[in-house]
Amino acid sequence: MDITLAVNGRQVTASIEANTLLSALLREGLALTGTHVACDTSQCGACTVLVDGASVKSCTLLAAEAAGATVVTIEGLAADGALHPMQQAFHDEHGLQCGFCTPGMVMSAVDLVAGNPDPSEAEIRAWLKGNICRCTGYQNIVKAICAGAAALRSA
Amino acid sequence: MTQDGIGAPLRRKEDRRFLTGRGRYVHDIVRPGQLYAVFLRSPHAHAEILGIDTRPALAGTGVVAVYTAADTAGKINGVPCAWGIAGKDGKPMKEPPHPPLALGKVRHVGDPVAMVVAESLAAARNAAELVQVSYKVLPAVTGVADAVKPGAPQLYDDVPGNLCCDWAVGDKAKTDAAFAKAHHVARLDLVNNRLVPNAMESRAALAEYEPATGDYTLYTSTQLPHVARVLLGVLMLGIPERKFRVVAPDVGGGFGSKQVVYAEEALVTWAAGQLERPVKWVAERSEAFLSDAQGRDHVTHAELALDKDGKFLGLRVATLANIGGYVSTFGPNIPTNLYGPLLAGAYTTPAIYCEVKVVFSNTVPTDAYRGAGRPEATYVLERIVDVAARDLGLDRVDIRRRNFIAKDAYPYQTPVMLQYDTGDHAATLARALDLSGWSGFAARRAGAASRGKLRGIGIVTYIEACGLAPSRIAQQLGARGGLFESANIRVNPSGDVSVFTGAHSHGQGHETVFAQLVGELLGVPSANVEVVHGDTARSPFGLGTYGSRSAAVGGAALFKAAGKIIDKGKKIAAALLEASEQDIEFKNGAFMVAGTDRAKSFVEIAGAAYTPPPSYPLETLEPGLEETAFYDPVNFTYPGGCHVAEVEIDPETGVTTLVAYTAVDDVGTVLNPMIVEGQVHGGVVQGVGQALCEDCVYDPESGQLLSGSFMDYCMPRADDLPVIVSATESTVSAHNPIGVKGCGETGTIASPATVMNAVVDALAAYGISHVDMPASPQRIWRAIQAAAPRAAAE
Repeated sequence: MDITLAVNGRQVTASIEANTLLSALLREGLALTGTHVACDTSQCGACTVLVDGASVKSCTLLAAEAAGATVVTIEGLAADGALHPMQQAFHDEHGLQCGFCTPGMVMSAVDLVAGNPDPSEAEIRAWLKGNICRCTGYQNIVKAICAGAAALRSA
Repeated sequence: MTQDGIGAPLRRKEDRRFLTGRGRYVHDIVRPGQLYAVFLRSPHAHAEILGIDTRPALAGTGVVAVYTAADTAGKINGVPCAWGIAGKDGKPMKEPPHPPLALGKVRHVGDPVAMVVAESLAAARNAAELVQVSYKVLPAVTGVADAVKPGAPQLYDDVPGNLCCDWAVGDKAKTDAAFAKAHHVARLDLVNNRLVPNAMESRAALAEYEPATGDYTLYTSTQLPHVARVLLGVLMLGIPERKFRVVAPDVGGGFGSKQVVYAEEALVTWAAGQLERPVKWVAERSEAFLSDAQGRDHVTHAELALDKDGKFLGLRVATLANIGGYVSTFGPNIPTNLYGPLLAGAYTTPAIYCEVKVVFSNTVPTDAYRGAGRPEATYVLERIVDVAARDLGLDRVDIRRRNFIAKDAYPYQTPVMLQYDTGDHAATLARALDLSGWSGFAARRAGAASRGKLRGIGIVTYIEACGLAPSRIAQQLGARGGLFESANIRVNPSGDVSVFTGAHSHGQGHETVFAQLVGELLGVPSANVEVVHGDTARSPFGLGTYGSRSAAVGGAALFKAAGKIIDKGKKIAAALLEASEQDIEFKNGAFMVAGTDRAKSFVEIAGAAYTPPPSYPLETLEPGLEETAFYDPVNFTYPGGCHVAEVEIDPETGVTTLVAYTAVDDVGTVLNPMIVEGQVHGGVVQGVGQALCEDCVYDPESGQLLSGSFMDYCMPRADDLPVIVSATESTVSAHNPIGVKGCGETGTIASPATVMNAVVDALAAYGISHVDMPASPQRIWRAIQAAAPRAAAE
């Protein structure tokens, strides 16, 4: 089947199988390999992207369900070569180590602060329930999201 | 010092690609015409393979090849072990063959039986289901205590009792004598639970072959590309190094599980050669659970002999260590050489004897997992010290202080092989007590009690061995290769610098830290230093990254190479400045004639090296400015420190919450405090995972892995954790020229024991003296229920 969707500001038409996952379309069909697949059971959140503004685990959404939607992946966050404030905050606060969970963490954080511009530490930690990081112990990710939220508030 | 040199919290150079989705992991690499491999794995823990019919699979659409042991036998050698050990009797360990595809028998659920290669992943998956394997299922044994029992199922005909090796360290007679004069003996039986490393990037391998030249390239998620090239290429496949390039691009975490070489890596390489097309394999998560080397899995009995003042007289430890179905790359070395010699810890215990039975079972092989042997040793020692303190009515801090190796007693020779270089346990202890608010705990416990919660505090003082390793010592202990590290520094004609290291970064930040180090040494801004790693075609032969070795060994190699650059720079400067080489000083990035203002900048010297001016003595001095160094350490490094944890337990539900954690570590010279802190956070949390939730469980009857996904294997999440307070309190290592000790594993080594000491402290009122990990709600609730009637009766 053919579907059309907007990915990172670009209209894309793709020929997919009915069982193609959004993560597979992004990674294999569109070569947007920043979206990572790490657990196969919707636990880890490395595949998180924004679909119509909401963070979604793209390994758990059929690509067909994203037909007509606006999708933003980690590749679509930086504008004109400048890091998005949340990306910048992860850099500033050392919120990443091996980098594999990072795209999902950043996308999830962007959605959090869109709905809750000034989240408490507890709210951030609760929000990150669906994102697993094995390297950082989360502490600097939490710090980064606090800092990213502050930067976005003052932007 | 340069602004962004040693000690600066420089932000990471590697971040931008990861933050913008431009990381390049093996998962992400696509080669033209690539095929997809899927492995059919054993559904049984122990079975004979009676026959395999691949014809239905071969008939599948898009299927290119199906391989079994019948195809690979004689073509691919067994998966090798890089570190053999010898038993008490001096005889080598039992090392049965480890065929890349199961030959005749499967020995754990997940043992690879066939490889299907197809035009698409879906075709390969479908075809794998069509491979018909007939098995004769055999009784299986998964628990290490069961595996050594008489009558246990035997994995190998020629390995009686499933005993790979009966190993020991220390002086048994001296230790027995110490126990004979003891005032008190503390005793403890414990289990160190099996863990699954679970790097977020599952293992993956993509191989290609160029028929015109016979060259192979393997992209693989490994921590040690050069070692993999030798073990996979030379030993397994018969491909010489010059024809085999191994690339470890961005690697999404390793934690030891990727310092192992695996059958799948050899098989895709071989298949690429057979089929003359690229072959790619990416492990699914469930497959990772069944095939990545796992960690820990000990059953231990320990005894600590003390005099009437609480001084430790002797320590006796007997451990059964489960190494799974096969000897893994470093498998038997982990619960022996990296365990027994660590049992002295931070204390002056004069006599120690440790014996370890290294045992096969029908489980996934075990190997290094963050800390690798040292968390297990620290857990035994720091738990039994707490038991002893309670037995004798001594304060837990006091008993540790009484037994510390004093700062001025370093270098200190332990009774179990190691000679520690430096340390100051009193200092790390004092800092941790202060930062954790140890003295104010009683009020916090009372506050928790008023909320119906049991609050406990735990403390650990530890020392560990890092910086693997002096080749001479390692080889005496069975290593089948050196353990040095390499560095190449190429000063480019314009004066910027390319650094090539044999170490590998999979999250540690070498691209930043090594740039800081080299930048500082050469007086160049770190922004002008590019660090290259992870490609055997680019870096000199090195041993890779594990055992907190990169800074201590790889950094020292860089120091040596930088010294050679400076030496040559002085020669060039002497010629250009018409001065004697002895009069040239290198300071602040410039070569100057001592006592004068005559100088040449680093950039000018680099330019002259590549565009020699008339005064350059080409007859006696080669052009160019590039140096290679190999550094073999004289000894391990010995990070240490003190950690404190506080937990609250809900006695109604058994839920344990970690409410505070303090880590004070002596990691030697701190090259980048931001990165050290990040390593400590991550390390602590992995250990907290072991203590509170992670547990790799096999069904004892069927041998099936019950914790085979992220839904069943519980890892810490952000909301399980408090803010970790961390600090460094460093003594400079005497064992390498930059004074670093290592920080990658300290957290994981100290935190399981720290958390469990807090858990047991919280339960002390119930008379509970030990609980095994993980302190799951079920286990804690049961312990309370079992103890409550007793406590009530007393």
